[in-house]
Amino acid sequence: MKKRRYPFAVGLTISGYFLAVILNALFPQIADVKTKTYRLFVLMVDRNDFYRGILILLALLFLITGLLSRKDPKRRNQYVKNAPLQFALGIGLLLWDILGTKTQIFVQPFFPGPTQILESFLQEGGFIFSNTLYSLRLYLFGFLLGAAFGIGTGILIGWFPKVYYWVHPVLHITGIIPAVAWMPFALTLIPTAFWAAVFLIVICVWFPVASVTAQGIAGTPKVLLEAARTLGGSTAYQLFHVALPNALPQVFAGLSTANAFAFTTLVMAEMMGQPGGLGYYINLAKVWSSYYKVFAAILIMAILFSLITEVLNRIQSRVLRWQKGLLKTEE
Amino acid sequence: MAERITEDGRMKEETILQLNHVDRIYEDGDTRVQALSDVNLKVRKGEFISLIGSSGCGKTTTLRLIAGLDQPQNGKIFLDGEEIAGPDPRRGYVFQQGALFNWLTVEDNIAAGLKARHVYQKNRHRIQEFIDMTGLTGFEKSYPHQISGGMAQRVAIARALVNDPEILLLDEPMGALDSFTRANLQDQLLAIQKKNHTTMILVTHDVDEAIYLSDRIVIMTPRPGKIAQVIDVDIPKPRQRGGTEFLMLRRKLLEKFNLASADPQPEYNI
Repeated sequence: MKKRRYPFAVGLTISGYFLAVILNALFPQIADVKTKTYRLFVLMVDRNDFYRGILILLALLFLITGLLSRKDPKRRNQYVKNAPLQFALGIGLLLWDILGTKTQIFVQPFFPGPTQILESFLQEGGFIFSNTLYSLRLYLFGFLLGAAFGIGTGILIGWFPKVYYWVHPVLHITGIIPAVAWMPFALTLIPTAFWAAVFLIVICVWFPVASVTAQGIAGTPKVLLEAARTLGGSTAYQLFHVALPNALPQVFAGLSTANAFAFTTLVMAEMMGQPGGLGYYINLAKVWSSYYKVFAAILIMAILFSLITEVLNRIQSRVLRWQKGLLKTEE
Repeated sequence: MAERITEDGRMKEETILQLNHVDRIYEDGDTRVQALSDVNLKVRKGEFISLIGSSGCGKTTTLRLIAGLDQPQNGKIFLDGEEIAGPDPRRGYVFQQGALFNWLTVEDNIAAGLKARHVYQKNRHRIQEFIDMTGLTGFEKSYPHQISGGMAQRVAIARALVNDPEILLLDEPMGALDSFTRANLQDQLLAIQKKNHTTMILVTHDVDEAIYLSDRIVIMTPRPGKIAQVIDVDIPKPRQRGGTEFLMLRRKLLEKFNLASADPQPEYNI
């Protein structure tokens, strides 16, 4: 039974995309739109070719994953579970293509179809790519510096009661203020726009990370510290080898929250005064009412931010691998 | 007098640990609790001592003072003639709930003391020795939540022993274990003591456990916590849990314990 279901699941997964391809090829372009051809490496393609090419690539990718997953029961089950969703996604693209581009029943130019959105990459893929790199660079500088400062101050606040007394109120009050509120100061006081934006991201990451790290450190069970002391552990050992590892699950919870804040701050900062980045690109596209480009930037953000979150999750499950089987979520 | 020396050869052995007129008072606002009052005790090298008594009699307080985790208000505690000022790896401590580091594997938990003292490289070969001695072979790479309670306590014991302590302090390490696991662990403790000649002080409320393991049993009474009596156990080891001498001492001890206890209905495990 299960054996027979699997080829069906693979078929279901890719058939949605193939239907979308076939429909794109056969459905007449009813609304009057000019179709331009672009040079993509050695090929001359228009947006429909490009769209179909990407759909076929996706379908092939899922076919290969399907074949590779057939031996592993866990990945197999996941694949079977996802199959209806994948099919629905393909059908969704198909309908969107008809309503957005082919017939333009959707209000234009606000809701373009998938081919129009992909056309932005044909038009200015290089420019989008350089803006993506700018965003990524801004994010990495801001997030990593913010996380380092956050963990550092969190350790100091959580471990030293004096530091808690003096610094915690400051953290408490300034932490509530959304980081972007500091933008006027950041833009005037910091010489380059890039570092002004980094500063804002650092601020928005710093607060949640510092506050949960401090909680985690301060909440270390006394018996663990006593155990370290009877084993000959110095104060530094108790802090870095007992309190800190004990607080790590909380630190990672803080990093996840901070990660989401950082995305928001990043895009807002870029939209309000950066010489590059996806937020800047959206602003630029908006001025010319090129909403398909706005969607293209949103698509890239979705992919980029998912990837970053995935990397963070992987680091977390690697560092906290001792928790495996301890938590309800990992069954 | 708390100290009683028998007429056999053991009296000639040197005293390793000495408690002189130790008082410990806890103050919390207006309430004042005399946890320990004038506790005097001499422990000989290589001896196995059990502190026994109902809850609140100061057994754990005494152990914590010896460990240096707590300080007495009056009186002094000496190890090898040196006054105890704070925790020291020469006095190993096994906590009631193990207090293992959950983020470290069994192996790394046991190595923690060596790493904390920066002597890991020189002594790393000893880790496996203690893993084997405590019967943890095959579980080196397991994390604490993946092993049973009995094994966790054995990790805690190995972790304390790897520092090669002169004295091992055990705070009811077998309190939460089932009777089979407990008997097993008791035998392992005896085997370790025979091999390493480590002085051991055990806090327990289990009379059988105290008789099975100890050279001397210290009976403590609460409010204020003090030593009521010290009883020698002269039954040769290994002891038979159902042996006549064992049972006679057990009866004697229960009677004493009954009298010694301030509660009309004392708690003890049979």
